[in-house]
Amino acid sequence: MNPLPTSSLRPTHRTETRAFALVALSAIAWVVAYSAILPLAEWLTYDVIRLSRGSHLGESVAFFLYDVPKILLLLSGMIFVITVIQSFFSPERTRAVLSGKREGVGNVLAAALGVLTPFCSCSAVPLFIGFVKAGIPLGVTFSFLTAAPLVNEVALVMLFGTFGWQVAALYAFTGVTIAVISGVVIGKTRPERFVEPFVFQVGASGAQTVQSPEAQLTWSERFATAWQTTRDIVGKVWPFIVVGIGIGAGIHGFVPQDALAGILGREAWWSVPAGVLLGVPLYSNAAGIVPVAQALVSKGAALGAVLAFMMAVVGLSLPEMIILRRVLKPRLLATFVVVVATGIIFTGYLFNWVLR
Amino acid sequence: MLNVKVLGSGCANCKRLEQAVQRVAGAIGVAVEVEKVTDYAEIMKWDVLQTPGLVVNGKLVAAGRIPPDEEIARLLKTAA
Repeated sequence: MNPLPTSSLRPTHRTETRAFALVALSAIAWVVAYSAILPLAEWLTYDVIRLSRGSHLGESVAFFLYDVPKILLLLSGMIFVITVIQSFFSPERTRAVLSGKREGVGNVLAAALGVLTPFCSCSAVPLFIGFVKAGIPLGVTFSFLTAAPLVNEVALVMLFGTFGWQVAALYAFTGVTIAVISGVVIGKTRPERFVEPFVFQVGASGAQTVQSPEAQLTWSERFATAWQTTRDIVGKVWPFIVVGIGIGAGIHGFVPQDALAGILGREAWWSVPAGVLLGVPLYSNAAGIVPVAQALVSKGAALGAVLAFMMAVVGLSLPEMIILRRVLKPRLLATFVVVVATGIIFTGYLFNWVLR
Repeated sequence: MLNVKVLGSGCANCKRLEQAVQRVAGAIGVAVEVEKVTDYAEIMKWDVLQTPGLVVNGKLVAAGRIPPDEEIARLLKTAA
């Protein structure tokens, strides 16, 4: 196979230096902007719009004006960094790492790589077939396919921005754990029986793989891709964030403290499964859900129910189920949903129990 | 006439890649015939793990991304 003729476009040493300088300058601008948000929001609320301090409306408006730019800045900065890290991983390389791994170790590796490998659920089918063709056990493939959407980078940043790093870390850790366990459990059910037969018959030409591009990328190319991805993602989710924070701000200002403890609190055992059931049909609104969730939690709702809801939104989304139906028979798809949902519900209770 | 295939089952980026190829081909004056391959059994003959895949004259040249316009132009010119 001919290598891709990219050498003519290779950036020189100078463009590399320029790219680093640009990123460094942006980082400085980011820090300056971030530290200016709070004084700016207060000045706008209390001096420009002249709302009185301590009033319901004033608190809500100040919260909104502070939180929207804060979350958007956090999201842009962190998605950029995450995408640069992800540019060192690719599905092709992940497949190479996973092929020949046994179940167990393979599941853990697959779940971890599922978080780090850039992945779009629209590619779930080619990825599934490609993994199966490479001889990766189905259980290991499922660990990857569970972790990739479940530990969602937007959700991770939103949790970090609204609840702090402990909750974000717990989310990532439990997400990976659910993926490992789900893959192991599914691997035990002899899932091969319930995979659509065409998957195993797909032509074994195999000779045509593109050279995986991640190894030879320059830094300026990684930055350019990361910038593009950041713009795509932020461009897509910002309306949800604004609406979500708007609703959250309203709740903060107007709903009395602990009003929700009875309905969505830890004592209501059904709040976690209800969160999962509500989450499945929703999709891509994780960004908008988190600020609302934070407001609900501050009024006495249980964090576990809220997180279970969010995990169900991203990890068991209906569109992805429809895509996976192309390669999985209904029975295996149902097993997948039940196993992952059980894991999420368990996590919800764990959160309720750990964080009080 | 250059045969170009866009591999992918109706994802947003597949559409964007197809448009990019048409646009670039028009701009540099290369005659192309763009074919959309949406059947997974067919797509997997090229062993792509991510869509969209770009095939020029039967050869896979990119997968999982939309190459920038300059790269598409170069790929089309080399193959033409």
